[in-house]
Amino acid sequence: MLQLHNVHKTFNANSVNEKHALNGLNLHLNAGDFATVIGGNGAGKSTMLNAISGVWPIDQGQILIDGENVTKLPEYKRATYLGRVFQDPMLGTATNMEIQENLALALRRGKRRTLRWRITHQERDQYRELLKTLDLGLENRLTSKVGLLSGGQRQALTLLMATLTRPKLLLLDEHTAALDPKTAAKVLEISDRIIAENQLTALMVTQNLRDAIKHGNRLIMLKDGQIILDISGEEKKNLTVENLLAKFAVVAGEELANDRMLLS
Amino acid sequence: MLNIILGAISLGLLWAVMTMGVYITYRLLDIADLSVEGTLVTGAAMGAVWITGGGNPWIGTFMALLAGLLCGLVTGLLHTKLKIPALLSGILTMIALYSVNLRIMGKANITLLQVETVFSPIERLPFMQGLAEQGIITKNVAILLTGLLVVIIVSVFLYWFFGTELGSAIRATGNNQQMVRAQGVNTDTMILLGLMLSNGLVAMSGALIAQNQSYSDVQMGTGSIVIGLASVIIGEVLFGTKSFWRCLLSMSLGAITYRIIIALVLKAGMNANDLKLFTAITVAICLALPQFKAYWQTLKKSMQAPAKGGDGNAPTA
Ligand SMILES: Nc1ncnc2c1ncn2[C@@H]1O[C@H](COP(=O)(O)OP(=O)(O)O)[C@@H](O)[C@H]1O
Ligand SMILES: [Mg+2]
Repeated sequence: MLQLHNVHKTFNANSVNEKHALNGLNLHLNAGDFATVIGGNGAGKSTMLNAISGVWPIDQGQILIDGENVTKLPEYKRATYLGRVFQDPMLGTATNMEIQENLALALRRGKRRTLRWRITHQERDQYRELLKTLDLGLENRLTSKVGLLSGGQRQALTLLMATLTRPKLLLLDEHTAALDPKTAAKVLEISDRIIAENQLTALMVTQNLRDAIKHGNRLIMLKDGQIILDISGEEKKNLTVENLLAKFAVVAGEELANDRMLLS
Repeated sequence: MLNIILGAISLGLLWAVMTMGVYITYRLLDIADLSVEGTLVTGAAMGAVWITGGGNPWIGTFMALLAGLLCGLVTGLLHTKLKIPALLSGILTMIALYSVNLRIMGKANITLLQVETVFSPIERLPFMQGLAEQGIITKNVAILLTGLLVVIIVSVFLYWFFGTELGSAIRATGNNQQMVRAQGVNTDTMILLGLMLSNGLVAMSGALIAQNQSYSDVQMGTGSIVIGLASVIIGEVLFGTKSFWRCLLSMSLGAITYRIIIALVLKAGMNANDLKLFTAITVAICLALPQFKAYWQTLKKSMQAPAKGGDGNAPTA
């Protein structure tokens, strides 16, 4: 479903701040794969997701989504295939607009914006049903401005928007990192359910090793813009924090810096 | 006095069209677009040239709208394609339009006395005779009715347009471009459309204002952005922003209120040359209101806090 071939990306080339953020990255996701992504701060996790989304052009390499070469497509065109949730709850929604208006914008992802009315009656019912599944009381607040919602509510809404039209690939970038632990667990649970129900192919970046182990059928570790660990199948199912740390020590030849890798 | 107020209201209605244009960029797109200072004149120039050439004044006003769309397109392309910051793009268009406007008019100003304007047919209506006998300036009444008609049409159009899928995507672009791109919308196109629509309205307003004051002058746009912002802010503060309808209404009422304030301070004896200074100070104060409010709130809190603490710590013996 997703293929990254030898992807390179350098920021601020030829300056003192030059940063080779993606360094010949290769990744192949099968349809239905739900891969969690871990790696230290600055390892290139967000950069990988941004490369897939087309936030900027990559320097070298190829990106294929469901067999289609999207390397040269601008961000807004690739969006047709992608659902995205960002770390910052502010980034996924339009603050000054209503919940239903945000959902209506998302329902039309990949379609031309016409002069038809922005929202229909049938849609509203659909939104109400979907919001009910979140169990956050949003189903009665269709016309509330999104700016009034809490961070957790906004992330749950963004998740709904990202999957309203079934994406070929769902990209979650530390989407629970800015939430309190209880809300984070709830949003993670919703993510799990939506991915399972729709049999989505997904990449989920997380700083939490336990979450990375618990969720998905595959675990990928990034370091210096390359994938240094790719664990799947039975091995992934039987993974524990201890043997993950041990594996890391082998491939990286060093102890895993635990400052940002939350084990709790 | 009645004539002064009537004149202010009718002029306010013509400026209301401009104010809605400024609202689109300033509030919906979150861009301060200075090109309107030039576009207003372009509209006036187009209208004046068309009308003095014997053309239908309504078509002339419509031509002004088209010219405005083009001006907005230029600013939009400078900003989205050439990646020039929005403020600078607007300034570039504004400066360039000064020359373009002189070209359109062929001279620094064109008078529109003794020509048929959009207001003329209404001024000839039978009941105007009666009003004139009562000492009411019938031209003001004609402008008022025409302005009202135009403002209603523009408001209904904007309400519809920003309620469509396209309009909704433009509004979202002003909110959060990253999200809009993630939903598969080309944000550059949305910014272009918004700037075009905004400048189109401003130019149309310029053509109407020129017909009202009976001349088009290459200088008439100077300070218009500040007048537009003043009207937007006065409208929002005094008349509210609850719904989109309410916002549109507030824009018109804001523009009218601004004109009434100006008429009154002039009547009170203010030198007309000081008007722009007065307007700039008014806008600066309005823009600073949130700061004043925040400051006032912290001041209030810090004055309450010790009082409360004192109560709590008071010996209970
Ligand atoms: N837009 C950008 N401009 C410059 N440098 C960037 C940009 N995005 C990421 N980087 C740099 O690339 C490296 C990888 O960043 P990132 O992918 O965000 O790391 P993480 O794995 O923590 O998500 C970091 O050194 C970061 O500073
Ligand atoms: Mg990151």
